[in-house]
Amino acid sequence: MKTDIKLAGVGGQGILSIATVLGEAATAAGLYLKQAEVHGMSQRGGDVQSDLRLSTEPIFSDLIPQGGADLILSMEPMEALRYLPYLAEGGAVVTSSKPFVNIPDYPAETELLSELDALPKVVRMDIEAVAKGLLAPRSANMVLLGMAAPHIGILSPEDLRQAIRTVFARKGEKVVEDNLKAFDAGHEGIQ
Amino acid sequence: MKRLLLGDEAIALGALYAGLSGVYAYPGTPSTEITEFIQNDPLARERGVRSRWCTNEKTAMEAALGMSYAGKRALVCMKHVGMNVCADAFVNAAITGVKGGLVVVAADDPSMHSSQNEQDSRFYGKFALIPILEPSDQQECFDMMADAFRLSEAVRLPVLVRIVTRLAHSRAGVAVGEPAVENALVPDNERTRWVLLPGNAKRQYAALVDKQPELLLRAQDSRWNALEDAGSPLGVIACGIACNYVREALPDEVSVLKVSQYPLPESLVRELAASCEEILVVEDGQPFAEEQVRGLLDPEYPVHGRLDGHLPRTGELTPDSVAEALGQPAGQVHLPARNLAPRPPQLCQGCGHRDVYAALNAVLKGFPEARVFGDIGCYTLGALPPYRAIDTCVDMGASITMAKGAADAGVHPAVAVIGDSTFTHSGMTSLLDAVNDKAAITVILSDNLTTAMTGGQDSAGTHKFEAICLALGVEREHLHVVVPLPKNMEEITRIIREELEYKGVSVIIPQRECMQTLARKNRQISRLRSK
Repeated sequence: MKTDIKLAGVGGQGILSIATVLGEAATAAGLYLKQAEVHGMSQRGGDVQSDLRLSTEPIFSDLIPQGGADLILSMEPMEALRYLPYLAEGGAVVTSSKPFVNIPDYPAETELLSELDALPKVVRMDIEAVAKGLLAPRSANMVLLGMAAPHIGILSPEDLRQAIRTVFARKGEKVVEDNLKAFDAGHEGIQ
Repeated sequence: MKRLLLGDEAIALGALYAGLSGVYAYPGTPSTEITEFIQNDPLARERGVRSRWCTNEKTAMEAALGMSYAGKRALVCMKHVGMNVCADAFVNAAITGVKGGLVVVAADDPSMHSSQNEQDSRFYGKFALIPILEPSDQQECFDMMADAFRLSEAVRLPVLVRIVTRLAHSRAGVAVGEPAVENALVPDNERTRWVLLPGNAKRQYAALVDKQPELLLRAQDSRWNALEDAGSPLGVIACGIACNYVREALPDEVSVLKVSQYPLPESLVRELAASCEEILVVEDGQPFAEEQVRGLLDPEYPVHGRLDGHLPRTGELTPDSVAEALGQPAGQVHLPARNLAPRPPQLCQGCGHRDVYAALNAVLKGFPEARVFGDIGCYTLGALPPYRAIDTCVDMGASITMAKGAADAGVHPAVAVIGDSTFTHSGMTSLLDAVNDKAAITVILSDNLTTAMTGGQDSAGTHKFEAICLALGVEREHLHVVVPLPKNMEEITRIIREELEYKGVSVIIPQRECMQTLARKNRQISRLRSK
């Protein structure tokens, strides 16, 4: 069994924290894992992505082949679309619905969202609004992870909650609680 | 339990567990995390493993050679273009040879994710006539380091470890053993090896050439090179990380020679060729092995790879390009999206470099003949909209010397924009040339008190730039320190305008801390307060 996830967003949105939580959960569950990250120049307001591969069998390539991603998990709707060639047959797109506009030629929002909604399996939500509503504005990425939980077949929601506890423990109890709250809001919000 | 490590981190831990005494490096993507890991590792701290950043790759290489001379194990890490900077020391270290194990890690960046070229460091290893190791995954990154140090001491040569971005910056679980002790301090006494006067150097070079058959035999017997004969008509030679893409596409249906130690294991290549009808060479970077394979086999023997278009000639390998070269159908299901725009990286909001470019652009509106020579760092992003402020960016330190050359040719105004860390890395000698020649250039030394682009490492000249410029001969009245903030725009533009008119070297130092390092410090402070 395997789950290949393409994580996407804009530099600074916190996709590496999502990867860290998934990595922790996978390690605790004894799964094989490969996670290719982008470091360096591309972090600064540019598009960022990370390939996360989880499997019960050894994994070869660090990169997900085209048509191989079971899930595109994106902090930003246009960034979700950027990786469509990687989405597998029957794969899901879980994304924030709120555009992050820091370029002059950003596409029209209605057309962007209708292209997104035309895909077979799409879950989208304004994760920033949800996180703000919870008074945990820095935890929008965990709202997104909560939304994605049903599509990460190889790990259970409880595996992910436990990983959130472990990863954020060093930042204090308040941060752990905020992130769990955000995760639950995302998870419940789609049901 | 396995530890989840980046390839870079696995190399760092592997080196520490091999009894490392010092790491020497200048930050450079994708190699930076090797040194950072050692700087933060508890065992390294307990042992006092020397790990402070160096001024550039050449000082790093020389210091490591000195540590090796003293009998201890030393590591040098850099991005591929750093090999150009340290090449003098690197090549000559193969002539002197080593005492304590000396391992050089070069992190190549095919596809130029954050680089100016995609040179393949394996050519440097061959050029210097030393062994090269090329791990294929994170576990090998860890395991090979102990071997690399042992090999270095056994053959008394530096060993080059070559990785690529996708391995450096990819995480996987790594099983680790027990740390070895460090070597004892036993400085070498063989002056005839270490004093490279022509008489000694000739003898040493001849000895190095004589060692080559042994290096080849070691590569042919290496546990890192393996031939898996599947009886297929196609044979694949897969180097380092390329192996994973081959196995991803065709798990066990094709004969594969995995190459992770060089010199290229010729006997294994011939064996593969004899059992197959054609060979595909899959390697990340330049066609290093492919050219050699073509030279080894009969000219009629079909050899495919990057040279004949089976694989793209440029750019990193992907599972898709390798699958295609192996004749697999394309996996793509969905076409690229229609509503898509590129999103290039940008200077951070509030960054001092922004104010520098705003001021420079404002002044240069009145000088249509002006040229601005840029350099390597975050501020290279000043080439992109909205600033479009620089005309060149070539290599570390080139801003000042190219501005000088252009000014020599008659370009005026000629402006150089260089960051603080790049200046100490390779700009100081450029400035000395300019001062000695009284070149009519204006240097903007944009100082954000850190090596920002690679993530905020210490910068070698912080708080010393005025003193350095004065000592190099810049005149006091043409050296200015300003604070790049919108409220100071009038002062900054006035100074730039005045200095552009001066027919000699001026240096303007806009000085303000990087927003990222400042934010990080503030977070640390508030975390400490809340505890």
